[in-house]
Amino acid sequence: MMSVLVNVLGLLLILGIAWWFWLAGRKSPLQHYQESLVILVKDGVYEPDRIEVPAGREIILNFQREDASPCAEYVVFPDLNISKQLPVNQITEVQLPKLEKGEYPFTCQMKMYRGLLVAG
Amino acid sequence: MSRQQQTFTLSGASCAGCVRKIESALKDVDGVDDARVNLAERTLTVTGSVSSAACISAVESAGYGAKRAAANPRKQRELQRDKDRQHFRKLMWRSGLALALGIPLMLWGLITGEMSVHSSAQQVAWGCVGLITLAVMMFCGGHFYTGAWKAFRHHNANMDTLIAVGTGAAWLFSMAVVLFPQWLPESARHVYFEASAMIIGLINLGQALEVRARGRTSAAVEKLLELQDPTARVVRNGEEVDIPLEEVQVGDRLRVRPGEKIPVDGRVLEGNSSVDESMLTGEPLPVKKVNGDTLSAGTLNKNGSLLFEAEKVGAETRLAQIIEMVKNAQSSRVPIARLADTISAIFVPTVMIIAIIAALVWFNWGPDPRAAHTLVVLTSVLIIACPCALGLATPMSVMVGVGKGAEHGVLVRNGKALQQASNLKTLVVDKTGTLTEGAPKLTDIETDGDTDELLAVLASLERHSEHPLAEAIVEAALDKKLALQDVEEFEAITAHGVRGRVDGRNVLLGNRKLMSREGIEPGDWQTRAEDLAALGRTAMYAAVDNKIAGVIAVADPIRKDAKEAVARLKKLGLKIEMLTGDNQATADAVAKQVGIDSVHAELLPEDKEKIIGELQQKGIPVGMAGDGINDAPALARADVGFAIGAGTDVAIETADVTLMRSSLHGVADAIELSRATLRNIKQNLFGAFIYNTLGIPVAAGVLYPLTGMLLSPVIAGAAMAFSSVTVVSNANRLRFFKPSSTQDARS
Repeated sequence: MMSVLVNVLGLLLILGIAWWFWLAGRKSPLQHYQESLVILVKDGVYEPDRIEVPAGREIILNFQREDASPCAEYVVFPDLNISKQLPVNQITEVQLPKLEKGEYPFTCQMKMYRGLLVAG
Repeated sequence: MSRQQQTFTLSGASCAGCVRKIESALKDVDGVDDARVNLAERTLTVTGSVSSAACISAVESAGYGAKRAAANPRKQRELQRDKDRQHFRKLMWRSGLALALGIPLMLWGLITGEMSVHSSAQQVAWGCVGLITLAVMMFCGGHFYTGAWKAFRHHNANMDTLIAVGTGAAWLFSMAVVLFPQWLPESARHVYFEASAMIIGLINLGQALEVRARGRTSAAVEKLLELQDPTARVVRNGEEVDIPLEEVQVGDRLRVRPGEKIPVDGRVLEGNSSVDESMLTGEPLPVKKVNGDTLSAGTLNKNGSLLFEAEKVGAETRLAQIIEMVKNAQSSRVPIARLADTISAIFVPTVMIIAIIAALVWFNWGPDPRAAHTLVVLTSVLIIACPCALGLATPMSVMVGVGKGAEHGVLVRNGKALQQASNLKTLVVDKTGTLTEGAPKLTDIETDGDTDELLAVLASLERHSEHPLAEAIVEAALDKKLALQDVEEFEAITAHGVRGRVDGRNVLLGNRKLMSREGIEPGDWQTRAEDLAALGRTAMYAAVDNKIAGVIAVADPIRKDAKEAVARLKKLGLKIEMLTGDNQATADAVAKQVGIDSVHAELLPEDKEKIIGELQQKGIPVGMAGDGINDAPALARADVGFAIGAGTDVAIETADVTLMRSSLHGVADAIELSRATLRNIKQNLFGAFIYNTLGIPVAAGVLYPLTGMLLSPVIAGAAMAFSSVTVVSNANRLRFFKPSSTQDARS
């Protein structure tokens, strides 16, 4: 009985991990972009981490890094070839060019912090 | 948002009334604790938890303008170093505390073997140890748990997740053993509190060492920042006043004394001196500066006092642009990292799934004590997996490599250029300005008549031409103090020469093609022109009133180090091809002198780009070295464009690699550096892949049939903690890179 329980629990955990980290995350709500929006870099996450931005115009994103660990030191927009060093406890502005409609991920250098811009 | 201080520069504020209006507008903004205007400096300092956009909009609504003040990069760097030091101390403190609990517990287990719960007394004792361990885990590793929880809520998993789940599982299992020992068979009643404490301690220690090692990776930018002194001496109302560098404005008159650094870019108004520009151009000899010469921020004034006018300040100076470019390139991605990036994206959830599968295998088919083995395997797999090593492998090497390049006068635009430079097979080199000095001089003028008269006529004509060779002829005439005449109907015929009417006579000056086009026979002058060309000089025919009048030759001196640099590039395995608009004979002569076998001569500007395109179509990775202005299309077409422009603004903006030094050795330095960096990246990536691909199966117990032992979670924690330190340390080895030219010079 115990053996069955442990195995079922293990399989449920595997399914749960796959669903939560790879499938469910894509459906979480988007934060609308506004000029005063500040993205907090803390405890391993960007907050907000999914942002809806207007396509076709230049925008500025404000990053506030509160995590002193080196992981959070840079924010990288790989598709836009843009990266910026984020000093601790300061707001850093990142200027983005006009974006075409689509999704633009942004991450830390080690891809542990993850965020997504959805231009529309 | 946390409380912070922000500074803005104001526009339109001129009186005490403005100060009151701006300050009260700011005080109405949510989150502003304090707002102060400094009217003398036209700055606004806001303290509070508020975004810069909200502050700017409040100032604008009050009828003024504001923008974020550019922070002094040097101060910013110092601030960052302070934060890093604090963070290092915090991590060491956390590590020390966790290890102070973990090590005695581990030693107790090793010496006595008593890590099990078989009696009520042991239940109480281990229960107390469990609570102490929990307190230590929360105090020293609380950030791992909050990080893991936050990431989880965002459907994200990171290194914190692995640490939190691994140590959490070990603690929960141990607590279950303490509270409900009867649930488990006797052989499985083992506690793992020491593992949780040791893992937290070791990972904090690894992170502390990583912070230390990472500080060294940005040493190059710090060296560049230190090239500027924090103050400048401005001459105001006839008096010299020291002011902070940020307050120097365009148009200010500044004084630099011998031994002082030039604070901003400008132009000399008074005095003369030698200036050491080696830190920006790599040229070892100081450059003489007199009235009207330009000065660059960060260079060193040697022996005279100079008064100069500021032309570019702050972020506009060449030094600031170089620093910005280096910083941008340091954080750019390299194509080789794409695989690591893809793996990193799915790494943590995949490791969690592997850990569960491994644990289930041990639970179902493993030997007794199965429950204990299951936990050890689960914890070890979670802890040994290191996404950080994988993620750090490339950025750390790029950071050190790009910084090292800047130290040697090689500015790399981005990681892609760095990678491509390492794969080049052919280097196409423009002759003028790259192999030669780019400042031609008149060497010969031969005619049946009066040479001075012919020179005056030709110089009059060439005065209207923009061709680089024209300047040499005009200068030669001016040196001889010959009077130049007016020219009518001037025409520059691309790739042929020039024509016009001088003193009523039709004058032509150009190559053999021009003479053929005009139906003029060169006669015996052709042999003379060929002789001159064989000496590496550019020979041109002169014709007056449709009759050949003589030949004139101009030569561009070959750079002293060109031959040595070409030999070095060949030694690096590159095939060198020379491009030039010059005639074949001149080009062949120059090529022979510098040791180049393949020559493309008599080219039109657009031909250069075509030749590069043809080479690329054959699948050959091609680099192009040119002066960055005239060769822009060819530089852009090449896989890697090397601009030998002594750091002109245009070159910095357009080239893949800008060489601050006017020497082809810079290309060899850049290629050697890119190969060293790529080798370092490959070592790091290989190490990180091998570490994870071997570490995870070992932690899962594949060696158990051979060794009869499972990997301890403590060993897994130590391996994980030091794997990322190893990557950063290996990247730091690049700091000792030296181009072979420097090594040769020393030996």
